[in-house]
Amino acid sequence: MSDPRLASYALSLGDDALVLGHRLSQWSSRAPTLEEDIALSNLALDLIGQARLFYTLAGEVEGNGHNEDHYAYFREPEAFRNILLVELPNGDFAHTMVRQLLYAAFVHPYFQALARSVHGGLSDIAAKAVKEMAYHVRHSAEWVIRLGDGTDESRRRTIAAFEALWPYVDELFESDADEHVLIEAGIAPDREALRATWENVIDRVLGEAQLKRPDAGGLVQGGGRTGHHVHLAEMLAGMQSLARAHPGAVW
Amino acid sequence: MPESAGSAPRLPESPQSERRMTEKPIPLWEVFIRARSGLPHRHCGSVHAADATMALQAARDVYTRRGESVSIWVVPSNAIVASDPNDKDQLFEPTSTKVYRHPTFYDIPDEVGHM
Repeated sequence: MSDPRLASYALSLGDDALVLGHRLSQWSSRAPTLEEDIALSNLALDLIGQARLFYTLAGEVEGNGHNEDHYAYFREPEAFRNILLVELPNGDFAHTMVRQLLYAAFVHPYFQALARSVHGGLSDIAAKAVKEMAYHVRHSAEWVIRLGDGTDESRRRTIAAFEALWPYVDELFESDADEHVLIEAGIAPDREALRATWENVIDRVLGEAQLKRPDAGGLVQGGGRTGHHVHLAEMLAGMQSLARAHPGAVW
Repeated sequence: MPESAGSAPRLPESPQSERRMTEKPIPLWEVFIRARSGLPHRHCGSVHAADATMALQAARDVYTRRGESVSIWVVPSNAIVASDPNDKDQLFEPTSTKVYRHPTFYDIPDEVGHM
């Protein structure tokens, strides 16, 4: 039975994971050390794996025969529902790690809550992904602590990263009218209810890193969920080019 | 023309001087992983990391990607005391003539099975 509201919700979860996973994969062969190169690829593969599961679920509830490749490779940027935070270019290593922390510190408790969803398909995906996201929090937090409390150069870059990314975090906590219906039904967790949990993690890391929260201001209002993207088209042009040049190719 | 010892070439102040500050060597750690409960930890390689916590994470990311491990040890490489390769004759050669140290001179009853 087709359920557009649930399909759209599954797509938004899959899009966040896929877009951030692809951004991380862009570090492959470019990370500061060989060890971190592999670590970033591991994080990317976690996220791409989550995206595949959410896309498969979306295809099932949408009921029109679309598979995961359709959603990843054959949609235009306006059809993607990811938040803007995850599509921002990687910037330097500090930007990448701060972004990963801001995202994972939200998604980890969000998946813990989603694992209690009344929808079995969603709760299964979340129960698997929650362990992955716990490690994303740990890995990014340890780096942010060392970068913030490191050299003058690493500290300067980490402060700049928090200031650049902070305006994008509110979109993590926004739910549209359709998602509120799912929240009421016990299918989706309430994003706003996780803000205190998220702030506790971020403040603990900031404290250990000898940093302060950036001043709020210039907040970016939600746009990604409604298909208004800034950097996504450029990213998808590369990501989708192979699949579009060779439709149906397998390897 | 070779430089004399007293006149090392001057390096530009920036950006190289800034880079040198951030490029001090990262400590090396030896990694040991235990594949299953009951087996010993085995040396599998090394990682560079700034401290013990990061070394554990790097070891996890580099050496346990395919489910190889249930436990990881990391040890500072400079904490390992190694035998001198030049001593190998006196340390190891004498044992090659002492075949009686190998337990191959016993008849094992069939009932014992594989040992």
